[in-house]
Amino acid sequence: MLPQSHKHTILIADDSEMNRAILSDMLGEEYIILEAANGKEALQVIQSSSADISLLLLDIVMPELDGFGVLAEMRKNHWIDDIPVIIISSENGASQVERAYELGVSDFITRPFDALIVHKRVVNTILLYAKQKRLVELVAAQVYETQVQSNMMIDILSHIVEFRNGETGLHIRHVHVLTELLLEKLNQKEDLFFTQQEISIISTASALHDVGKIAIPEHILNKPGKLTDEEFAVMKTHTTMGADMLRNLPIYQDKPLVKTAYEICRWHHERWDGKGYPDGLKGDEIPISAQIVALADVYDALTSKRVYKGPYPHDKAVQMILNGECGMFSPLLLECFSALSEDIRQAFADDAMSEDIHPRLLEVTEEMLHHENFSVSRRTLQLMEHERIRRDFFASLSEELQFEFTMSPPQLTISSFSAEKLGFPETVRDPLHDPQLLAIMGGREYALAFSDMLRATSPGSPVVSQDCLLHIGDSPRWYHVMARASWSSDEPPRYTGSMGKATDVHENRLQMATLERMASTDQLTGLLNHASARKQISARLEERPKGRFALAIFDLDLFKQANDTYGHLFGDQVLAHVAHQLRETIRGGDIVARVGGDEFLIFLEYKGSLEPAIRRIYSALCTDYGDFPITISMGVAEAILVGNQYDDLFRAADKALYSIKKGQRGKGAKYVFYDDSLSQMASAISPLDKGCQNEEGASKE
Amino acid sequence: MTLRECYTALGGNYDEVLGRLRSEALVKKFVLKFLDDPSYGLLCRSMEEQNYEEAFRAAHTLKGICQNLAFVQLYDSSAQLCEALRGGAHPEAPALSRQAASDYQQTISAIRSFQSSLPQ
Repeated sequence: MLPQSHKHTILIADDSEMNRAILSDMLGEEYIILEAANGKEALQVIQSSSADISLLLLDIVMPELDGFGVLAEMRKNHWIDDIPVIIISSENGASQVERAYELGVSDFITRPFDALIVHKRVVNTILLYAKQKRLVELVAAQVYETQVQSNMMIDILSHIVEFRNGETGLHIRHVHVLTELLLEKLNQKEDLFFTQQEISIISTASALHDVGKIAIPEHILNKPGKLTDEEFAVMKTHTTMGADMLRNLPIYQDKPLVKTAYEICRWHHERWDGKGYPDGLKGDEIPISAQIVALADVYDALTSKRVYKGPYPHDKAVQMILNGECGMFSPLLLECFSALSEDIRQAFADDAMSEDIHPRLLEVTEEMLHHENFSVSRRTLQLMEHERIRRDFFASLSEELQFEFTMSPPQLTISSFSAEKLGFPETVRDPLHDPQLLAIMGGREYALAFSDMLRATSPGSPVVSQDCLLHIGDSPRWYHVMARASWSSDEPPRYTGSMGKATDVHENRLQMATLERMASTDQLTGLLNHASARKQISARLEERPKGRFALAIFDLDLFKQANDTYGHLFGDQVLAHVAHQLRETIRGGDIVARVGGDEFLIFLEYKGSLEPAIRRIYSALCTDYGDFPITISMGVAEAILVGNQYDDLFRAADKALYSIKKGQRGKGAKYVFYDDSLSQMASAISPLDKGCQNEEGASKE
Repeated sequence: MTLRECYTALGGNYDEVLGRLRSEALVKKFVLKFLDDPSYGLLCRSMEEQNYEEAFRAAHTLKGICQNLAFVQLYDSSAQLCEALRGGAHPEAPALSRQAASDYQQTISAIRSFQSSLPQ
């Protein structure tokens, strides 16, 4: 049917070789057939030759990756825009069909295959897509071509006029360039603003400013000497003649280009003071397009050689214009012109200008083709620039490292302050492979982990934060990194990049660590305080609920006397001594704390019998401090008896201790193990709950 | 043995397949090719290994091929098995699997007879 060279390529993705063979036999004569045995293979084939595949016949139920997976991936990569997909499946429940159509499928072929139907559907789909693709290309080419041609036509027309004028052919170009420069300069003023489209229209229309001269007799036009009054009167009519020509065009009257050209033709010899021609308009009655072209026209006339005069140098010409020797212009325009003086000198000194018409044209066309909505106006750019400066300024004040990451192209942009601090360029291409950046992040795995964290967010909650070590300068420092992932508004949303900042929290972190340590220990003894002991013990109990744990509480028998007799300072020394003994006695895993006053607690794990361990601790603690004999009373509770809740353990040990105070256990009993008989016992340490819940620790006082 | 007789022996619909594929040569080619199709082997292996996900896909493939070739009898039993395996093994799966095995044997032996009657 089709000539060999134009055979389309069809990819058949089906896990059954039989099914592929049947389809291949049905289509093989007219198409080049590629085959894939599962979804992954299919994607590989598409990726390796995306432009060449004209159609994908896709099975739904496949190993590795099923048909829906293939569709999702094709959608993500926009391949579905170029490659039509026909689903082949017996899975044609309504929900499946709907889902497939939503994913961009063109058509369905259901089993059993009917050779005629398969053939027809394939042909139709391929033709439809081919037609659509051709149309898109055609329109793009047409838009470009039209733009080029219309500009060329204007250039040709203007040159005809100019050649008749006996001029060099550069005047039109010069006026064009100057008009554009002036417009762009005006754009930087607050109260005026031109879009790129308007700039393009005015500078293009500027080429037609002298088109009326076509109607001026040649002997007047090219007269070397001064014109007589009559001759000058004729000469002046080139403005109205040009305008009339445009006004009398049978078509295009409503086009901005024609309207603008009319203004320029008619009024490019008006003067700001109202003494110009043909209408004697004054000030801003003169359209801005005509004002600008008038200035450009005068400048180029001054600096060019004419039949009646030689060229003036740039500086002289600028001076003459600013002095008002060659017409009157708006102060604003003169201000712009004066500011542009150097740019103009350079632009006109540039030899390339004579040839170089097209780059700008190409730019405009590109812009039109690639931005459906190219209203990124100069003002927006200006605002963005302003915003950038502001951001950089505040970033440098806050000393934060700020960054922005885009997926396509993969690029990291950092604020100029950050760039300076890191000794980096402001943009880093392909950051996940940039050795310098990876070194700062402490290796590729950290960078990837961070990237994964961002990708794991959702449009609803896109913010992540994390403390991490950054290797900036001599030694790594802690930074707090906060970042926000950007998601596209597509369905499903795509991860498009992120922005964020890293704040140096190194000092804070060190301070926090010190504070935390201070808050958890008792100042006098250096032991844990009650609150943090409770926290640690609870954690241990929770971690190993079946462990054999015991909690012991003890106090000093004669402490009150020691305080009363020797003073508080001595009392403190005794407490410090006991704490020291306690630390010496316990084993690695045990937890000891000062509960408050002269009360301490010990949390230990034991094997076999608990009593020997308690006895050992008890005797180690009952030593003399100088002349002062230290004896203690100790209540012990076991987790196997009272459960593994800290508060229950504490309460039970407390009751056991109280039973000693009450002398309930035989004389000389200095440590008591809690058992059920003590359950009604009151507390030695009042109110327990208060003691545990605020940081002060329980106190007998 | 003619191809039509072969279809009768395996419980298929010869007219239907010929109507769709439109060429006796094509039907013959694929009927013979069915002898080498790995789907049934994969189905048996996966059932043995209790890999029901794989078994489902294999049954699904077998069903699709039978549908394309109008092997009606084997299509019916493989389609039922396929449904019983969708989302894990249904209690009926073993029984349906035995039915499919018996139909598969019948189909294969019919095709073999047809093959042996062909001129070498």
